[in-house]
Amino acid sequence: MNIVVCVKYVPDAQSDRSFRDSDRTVDRDGVDGLLSELDEYAVEEALKIVEAAGEGEVTVLTVGPEAAANAIKKALQMGADRGVHVEDEAIHGSDAAATSLVLAEAVRKATGGTPELVMTGMSSTDGVMGVVPAMLAERLGLPQVTYASELTVGEGTVTIRRDGDTASETIEASLPALVSVTDQINEPRYPSFKGIMAAKKKPVEQWGLADLGIDTSQVGLDAAWTSVVSVTKRPPRAQGQIVADEGDGGSRLAEFLAGQKFI
Amino acid sequence: MAATRLMPTEEGQDLIDLTREICDKELRPRVDEAERAAARDESFPTEVFRTLGKAGLLSLPQPEEFGGYGQPYEVYLQVVEEIASAWMSVAVGVSVHSLTAHPVTTFGTPEQQQALLPEMLSGDQLGAYCLSEPLAGSDIGSMTTRAVAEGSGGEPTAYRLRGRKAWISHAGHADYYTTFARTSDEEGRGLSCFVVPADAPGITFGTPERKMGLHCDTVREVMYDDVPVDASRRIGAEGQGMAIALAALDAGRLGIAAAATGLAQSALDLAAGYAQERQQFGRPIAANQGLAFLIADMEAAVTSARATYLHAARLKDAGRAYSKEAAVAKLTATDAAMRVTTDAVQVLGGAGYTEDFPAERYMREAKVTQIFEGTNQIQRLVISRHVLR
Repeated sequence: MNIVVCVKYVPDAQSDRSFRDSDRTVDRDGVDGLLSELDEYAVEEALKIVEAAGEGEVTVLTVGPEAAANAIKKALQMGADRGVHVEDEAIHGSDAAATSLVLAEAVRKATGGTPELVMTGMSSTDGVMGVVPAMLAERLGLPQVTYASELTVGEGTVTIRRDGDTASETIEASLPALVSVTDQINEPRYPSFKGIMAAKKKPVEQWGLADLGIDTSQVGLDAAWTSVVSVTKRPPRAQGQIVADEGDGGSRLAEFLAGQKFI
Repeated sequence: MAATRLMPTEEGQDLIDLTREICDKELRPRVDEAERAAARDESFPTEVFRTLGKAGLLSLPQPEEFGGYGQPYEVYLQVVEEIASAWMSVAVGVSVHSLTAHPVTTFGTPEQQQALLPEMLSGDQLGAYCLSEPLAGSDIGSMTTRAVAEGSGGEPTAYRLRGRKAWISHAGHADYYTTFARTSDEEGRGLSCFVVPADAPGITFGTPERKMGLHCDTVREVMYDDVPVDASRRIGAEGQGMAIALAALDAGRLGIAAAATGLAQSALDLAAGYAQERQQFGRPIAANQGLAFLIADMEAAVTSARATYLHAARLKDAGRAYSKEAAVAKLTATDAAMRVTTDAVQVLGGAGYTEDFPAERYMREAKVTQIFEGTNQIQRLVISRHVLR
């Protein structure tokens, strides 16, 4: 089976993330980036499916600036077979809807119009919207099977387990389909040095919007359905209030909590 | 703060990135508890070595034709340094393991390399290096472990090893024991080198040493009671053992220098972070020049330690003599580690003296680096002999 895994290059959550003053988009230049950790689970699951089947190919697809090539590189080091990097100045500032449009056209082009299985993480670790998988499935006309914590590929079907707050659902869909996976589904492998060396020889295609037949007016900051008006840093945590117990500690605690509308 | 590195190749940088990721996700979360537990129950981090082996980090410097990854020492040692900055015991283990394969890669016949190296370098196996004895430490030539030749006349077909080795890292956990033993009475010229499989009959182990630190580096005596070893497992000629041991030690010293540098780096990072957070007299203690200069000296010590081992590594990679430079690196880096870790405890004050922070562990771990793989007195002997010849 041939699988396309959509991945995102995100700012490292360990570093100080910020927004650009000019257009209030995420500043991706000033920080180290990496393959979104939630997408590693999708890459791992795709590799496991292909390894178990003994045939097929894993294609990693990303939409993002030049540095996003590092996300593809990491996935290739883990064992994916080839990469597709869609990069275009005009894409900067795209919202989820526009991103899903670019991804959909890229999936079509990468698979000759007939994807077998498209996989994604459950959301990105930076935007954390979690809507792109659904939008992408809609654009591709595929069944969307989201939040998979377990996945089995059968004859022409894919079956997943989705864990909710109160129940676990078993969901089956016909293939081709789109599956998004949670961080419960597996334990992503580390690249090996062998994988690092092998990755250098794997093909990575570079496409722009023109290659995908997408008009620049459909994407970017101006086409976004929402706009960011202002950005405020989360205020530093203020020092807590210390209640010295002079026999009335209990009632003063309750007073404090009631004052904060906790009780 | 991660050390600034200038890697000679892109794959070298990729390796550092991979090492840092594994250190952050697998080593750092485990080290404190594992070291504490090993002090009580002598447990050994087998799983961590498996992870490193799978990633290819246990066979970086060995040639590709033998199943290694053909990385220059300049790259391999920086990987060891990164591992040490996360977990010193494991870095020492990686260095020791590398040492155990050195005789075969350097002095083995093509047949021996083909027979032994694929498994030794597979990443699944761990080696032990059996040189020291209770009464033969720095004075290797006085060792008494014997390898008695078997076979009638001509080349021996097998040997029987009898004796006792001391201070052996990985003893009881290793898959093979690179062992030096006496094949004749000619002191230093009477030693030979053997690769003994762990399941050879007659090998037994002492109880693990109760050490001051580096608890996850299990160290015991290895006893050989007429252990049969096939002649095909003798590396090099009879009597060549001393030369083989010393050549491996030159390379091994660089591993220890790199590990000591990584240990010093984490002590520095800990101290610098603490000094900027800890407030006294209404300002961070780092605002006091007396303390800031201490931090500056620590940084200078770490940076110069790194420079000495990288210099020796580049000489080795270029095929030049590097014995003196390896001794300089081992001396400089381990003395730096001792000073920097001691100063880190000082910067943290009372907190540094408690087990709530790793500073005291770093200090205990640093001490042994001045002792093993040639005491720093022996390093000075090596250096002075090179300079004064």
